Amino acid sequence: MAHSRRHSVLPGFGLTVGCAVLYLSLVVLIPVAAVLLEASGMGWSHFLDTALDPRVLAACRLSFLTAIAAAVINTVFGFVVTWVLVRYRFPGRRLVDSLVDLPFALPTAVAGICLAALYSPDGWVGSLLEPMGVKVAFGPAGIVVALTFIGLPFVVRTLQPVLEDLGVEPEEAAASLGAGRRQTFLRVLLPELWPALLTGFALAFARGLGEYGSVIFIAGNMPMRSEIAPLLIVTKLEQYDTAGATAIATVMLCASFLLLFAINVLQRAASRRLS
Amino acid sequence: MSSDRFRSVVATEPLVLRVALTVVALAFLGLFLLLPLAVVFGEALRRGVTAYFEAVSHPETWAAVKLTLLAAALAVPLNTAFGLCAAWAVAKFEFRGKSVLMALIDLPFTVSPVVAGLMFVLVFGLQGWLGPWLDRHDLHVVFAVPGIVLATVFVTFPFVARELIPLMQVQGREEEEAAVVLGAGPLQVFWRVTLPNIKWALLYGVILSNARAFGEFGAVSVVSGHIRGQTNTMTLHVENLYNEYNFVAAFAVASLLACVALVTLVAKSLVEAVEGFTRRSGSVRGGRSSA
Repeated sequence: MAHSRRHSVLPGFGLTVGCAVLYLSLVVLIPVAAVLLEASGMGWSHFLDTALDPRVLAACRLSFLTAIAAAVINTVFGFVVTWVLVRYRFPGRRLVDSLVDLPFALPTAVAGICLAALYSPDGWVGSLLEPMGVKVAFGPAGIVVALTFIGLPFVVRTLQPVLEDLGVEPEEAAASLGAGRRQTFLRVLLPELWPALLTGFALAFARGLGEYGSVIFIAGNMPMRSEIAPLLIVTKLEQYDTAGATAIATVMLCASFLLLFAINVLQRAASRRLS
Repeated sequence: MSSDRFRSVVATEPLVLRVALTVVALAFLGLFLLLPLAVVFGEALRRGVTAYFEAVSHPETWAAVKLTLLAAALAVPLNTAFGLCAAWAVAKFEFRGKSVLMALIDLPFTVSPVVAGLMFVLVFGLQGWLGPWLDRHDLHVVFAVPGIVLATVFVTFPFVARELIPLMQVQGREEEEAAVVLGAGPLQVFWRVTLPNIKWALLYGVILSNARAFGEFGAVSVVSGHIRGQTNTMTLHVENLYNEYNFVAAFAVASLLACVALVTLVAKSLVEAVEGFTRRSGSVRGGRSSA
């Protein structure tokens, strides 16, 4: 790290930085700037009118709350799954471990129609829940199910390397000093794991907030009740209301930037703990 | 990993709790991962094998398959080249704005695919910045194939760079510097020193971005205009069929995508196994962050 680039003998500084920055600008920066400029061209009053429209507010609230709910479910169960995968040995563990990545690999639209088929009143799971009066598909509960599917690997894959690196020695030390299992968990393990847990939560939440493909099939998409913010962008675009779509997109972009920042801070905290 | 053979009795849970936790974890994964996967094939074959193959061999399905392959074939190499450039720049040099560059690489992970699609409509659409100019020259980006490729490039943008950067940062630059001092040219350094060190991570990134390119839906949906036989990718075709209540055909096309996903998972596990093996034998010194 003491070298500056002028003293480095390695070739390609100008070429690789130039290419990376040029490509990043073309693919990411200019499109993002287009949204922000379009929004600033709307004027404040028009922008606020659009963004504070009751239907837009309802969609944003729904996206936010369902993403939070799914991220909480994923943090709890993702922790259990990671714990079991890292600490216990059972037949088929490797297979289960690779299955965790399925939501990364399976197209969201495929996940969407599958979950809709599963949880609709005549589906495999829906038909079991129907007699109990539980309706999952075509309502907010269905959205949470879809977002839980999408977000699970983020929690597991963030937590797994940290838990693997941790080893059992700190727990053994705690136990030999007389701590109970619960005490060890709360005072030795959790303080080490919380940055990774929070990072996983934030990643799953960020993904859930913007998710579209897996949700629209199971949500029912009723305005004010089960319409998510990304769907409202698509609806507005289909009605040639570019300004309205841009206003919602701007709000969502700001949320993305905030989450990106939070995730960066959390990941730095997590890596400091590891080293 | 090596510690579990010498697992001490003090630092583990009672057997009942262990079994209970394992059952909870497996039940959760079964309900949320395995069942949806089983449903694809169950629904696709509901009307028998003939109906399945009829749906799969329909000309519109093939047009969609071709378009998806084209988008992936363009987006993945472009992003691989970018990933290599970005990783080389970030890992081998110090420069101002490096952390900003790294943060921006992650941006497509947190941006909603729908917002990504909207961005390209705003730049290239008829009312957009370049729209009038493109229209005068009879070029079509939005509601045409180039838009689909662009949207796919955006959403698969970070994967290769994300895999390579942490690994190359850990590896440092001593080996490359030694090669340069011994008289190797830039290409020789890359092919004979760097590439052998990063090949598995590179392949891993390519597999991930390829899977995402095949499965992208939201961004592509916004820029496509849903023109059948022309701008329909496989995922959009699934949606169209599903919305027309042609469920068997929708699930049949979806089952093709599910097979791609399964192949991806197998390839990923294989790369992880080989990479883990080479890492243990000492040729790869770095670790990889999976997120």
